[in-house]
Amino acid sequence: MLEIFTHLANWLTYDLMGLSPDTKLGTSIHFFIEDTTKILFLLVIMIYVIALARASLNLERVRAYIQQKHRMVGYFFGSGFGAITPFCSCSSIPLFLGFTSAGIPLGITMAFLFTSPIINEVAVIMLWSLLGWKFTLAYIVIGIAVGVVGGMILDAIKGERWLKGFAAKAYQKAAAEAHSHPDGSELPEAPKLSFQARHEFAKDELKEIVGRIWKWVLIGVGLGAVLHGFVPDGWFAENLGSGQWWSVPAAVFAGLPLYSNATGVIPVMESLIMKGLPVGTTLAFCMATVAASFPEFIMLKQVMTFRLLAIIFVILLANFMVVGWVINAVGPWLFAGF
Amino acid sequence: MKTFEVLGTGCRKCVTTAETIERIAKEQGQEVTVEKVTDPAKIMEYQVMSTPAVAVDGKVVHSGSIPEHDKIVGWLNG
Repeated sequence: MLEIFTHLANWLTYDLMGLSPDTKLGTSIHFFIEDTTKILFLLVIMIYVIALARASLNLERVRAYIQQKHRMVGYFFGSGFGAITPFCSCSSIPLFLGFTSAGIPLGITMAFLFTSPIINEVAVIMLWSLLGWKFTLAYIVIGIAVGVVGGMILDAIKGERWLKGFAAKAYQKAAAEAHSHPDGSELPEAPKLSFQARHEFAKDELKEIVGRIWKWVLIGVGLGAVLHGFVPDGWFAENLGSGQWWSVPAAVFAGLPLYSNATGVIPVMESLIMKGLPVGTTLAFCMATVAASFPEFIMLKQVMTFRLLAIIFVILLANFMVVGWVINAVGPWLFAGF
Repeated sequence: MKTFEVLGTGCRKCVTTAETIERIAKEQGQEVTVEKVTDPAKIMEYQVMSTPAVAVDGKVVHSGSIPEHDKIVGWLNG
C-alpha cells in the first residue's frame, strides 16, 4: 500500500519537475518527497488511533501501578510506561517529584525519564516505515534496556543520596510511610470515557503532536535526503571505519551537542545506514542526540545536585557506547540482508 | 476576589494558561489575581504531575493542558 508514495514521488520528481533519477538532485528530491508524504500520512492516522486507545491513561494511574510492583519489575514498568505515556519534557520536574514523593525509587523514576525521549509512537511509526520491523523491534528493546539498566545502576550506587534537600526529604517520608502501611495505595479507577470523549482527546492530541513535529520531519528528512543524494555509497565505511571500536564513542560525542528529538533523527539514521555506517554506530549517535539533551539536564538541576547529574550523564554515555559496540558485533548476524 | 495559581516550571503552555485566565476574567468583568508558580517544591506540595495545572484558592482544579474556555468561566463563577 505504501508504494503509492514511491509512485507519487516518481511522478512529481521525474515527470513533473523533469529531473533525472541519475542525478544527485533528482535522488535527493525523490527521497524527500517520498519520505515526507509517507511519514506525515502514517503519523496522522496512527497518532489518532493510538490516542483513542490511551485516552484513559493518566500519570496518576501509571504511578499507582508502578508503586504496586516489586522493585525489579518496577524498572521494566517504569521504562515501559516512559515509552507509552504521552509526556512533554517540560513536565519532567513535576513528574519526577510526583514519583519521588510517592516513594518510588530514584532508579525507577529515572528509567521512565531515560526511555521517554527515546521511544514514542512517532519514533516507532517512522522507524517501521523507513527501516522495517526488525530494526524497530531492536530499537524498542534497546530503548527499554537503556532505561532499565541506567535505573538499576543509579539505585545500586544509592543515587538518592545526592538529591536536593526537599526532594530527598519527600522521598524519605514517603518511603517510611510505605513501610508502615505496605498495602496503602490502591489503583485509582480508570475513567470511563465515551467514544465521543476519546475522539475529542485523540483530535486534540493529533493537532498538538503534528503541530509540534512537522518541522522536525521536514528538517530530518531534508538532512537525510541530502545525505542520500550527495554522499557516495560506502563513503562512511571508507572514511569513518567499518565498525572499529573507536567509531562508537566518536559517534556518541558527535551526537551530544546536537539536540533533536527522535522525529528529526530517524530519517537521518535511515540515510546513514544506507550509506554503510554500521548499525551500532548509527544507533549510538541517534541515542546520544535524542536522550542526552542539555536542556533536560539543566531542568533536572532543580531537584538534583551537580554530582548526581554528572553521574547520570556518565551512565547514559556508557550505555550508548555499550549499545553501539554490542550491535556492531551482532549486527551483521541480526540484520542480515538489511 | 479569587486567586488563581498556574503551576508549571515555565513552559510556553503555562504562560498561555495564565494569560487566558486573565483575559477571560477581564471579559467577565471579574477581578482576580493570577500567579505563576514555578517553584518545584510548591508544585510538589500540590501533588501535581502534569503541567500546566491550575489551582483556585489553593485547590487544584485542573492539570495537564491549557484549560478550555468554558472550564475557566466555570471557575470564575463557581
